[in-house]
Amino acid sequence: MDGECGGASGLIEFDGIAHSYGDHPVLDGIDLRLAEQRVAFVGANGSGKSTLARMVNGLVAPTRGRVLVDGLDPASDGRAVRRRVGFVFTNPDSQIVMPTAGEDVAFSLRRRGIPKAERERRAAEVLARHGLAGYAEHPAHQLSGGQKQLLALCSMLVLEPQVLVCDEPTTLLDLRNKRRFVELLHELPQQVLLVTHDLHLLSGFDRVVVLDGGRVVADDAPEPALAHYRELVG
Amino acid sequence: MNPLGLYEPGTSPLHRAPAGAKFLGLLVLAVLVFALPGPVALGALAAVVLAAYPVARIPLRRSRQLARVLVPLLVVLFAVQWWLLGPGLAEVVVLRLLAALAAANLFTLTTRVEDLISAVERGLRPLRRFGVRPERIGLLVGLTMQAVAALSTIAADTREAQRARNAERSVSAFAIPFLVRTLRHADELGEALAARGVGDD
Repeated sequence: MDGECGGASGLIEFDGIAHSYGDHPVLDGIDLRLAEQRVAFVGANGSGKSTLARMVNGLVAPTRGRVLVDGLDPASDGRAVRRRVGFVFTNPDSQIVMPTAGEDVAFSLRRRGIPKAERERRAAEVLARHGLAGYAEHPAHQLSGGQKQLLALCSMLVLEPQVLVCDEPTTLLDLRNKRRFVELLHELPQQVLLVTHDLHLLSGFDRVVVLDGGRVVADDAPEPALAHYRELVG
Repeated sequence: MNPLGLYEPGTSPLHRAPAGAKFLGLLVLAVLVFALPGPVALGALAAVVLAAYPVARIPLRRSRQLARVLVPLLVVLFAVQWWLLGPGLAEVVVLRLLAALAAANLFTLTTRVEDLISAVERGLRPLRRFGVRPERIGLLVGLTMQAVAALSTIAADTREAQRARNAERSVSAFAIPFLVRTLRHADELGEALAARGVGDD
């Protein structure tokens, strides 16, 4: 895949992680080493999975413990970590910062000091590769929900991250777009960390971590982990 | 959807003109709008601006979108100003607004935000020695222009929800959710920018 990261190589470590929002604890005693290429975090609302995912690129700093991405701590090496880790959020509308699809993807490259013509070339290439060929001049906010989420993904992929963290990226999509989005995730060479409620989309994942009340309650291949989760939620 | 402020792809002379020059032209026009005293000069200026639309080959549907927003606004404003200040001043105020808004809209229709950001960054580069960070100001300009579209979408969604609850006349039924969603959007946008490495420089 020209123009994208050549393959998953990241090792993400959570070492004794605890986190609270004020007096409200959301994570406690998380110890994980994630080296697999496709890892999913599942859990009920408030289980702490999104907070855990945000720690990978330093959007949230743990109250206690340490996160390492390829040996780098997002708290002290935030810039280097964010160059390795891309993040796709639930609501694509909040991620679009430029008026047209092409400009939004190219915007990601501005910070890298890449010349304009090269930015535009790479943006068009990434859009074309992910089903948005011909949309470079299209107003980003007028795209369909599925297309907007693809655009959010393209805006990250153009930066060629080693790791892609996706926080419930399919929540606002219809079934067809959910499937399309996850198929696309499977095709990526990057290590993917997916936070999701859509359990049926997890076949083919290497590892599923189930969180409940801020703790890891299952950590296994998809089938046994999801069986445990189903039992948990009754 | 917001009819204003969205780029219309094209190859007209106005599209091809450098963003920095167009931005300076817009600033000069803004000064002229307030410096010109009478309705004749202001009318001529407004006519020049409106004549630039066909030069920029703006599709008729985009011009109609602008008219749908501007005409009712100007009619109401004209009536109120006539009632308060008389017909002469009402004419001047309306012509000023017409020239300024039509020119600003034409600028956004023919200028990519990316190009504007680059122009602002280039223009402010000499001020770096005084502690000014051109890339921050460029980003601010870009986000401000994008905010028009984002806030219009939030307002339209909020108005729809207001209608669904039969609360069209309630100010709070609009203002509170609009404010909450706007603040949430700002929060999420901040996170998205941080995730893209903005602020790491």
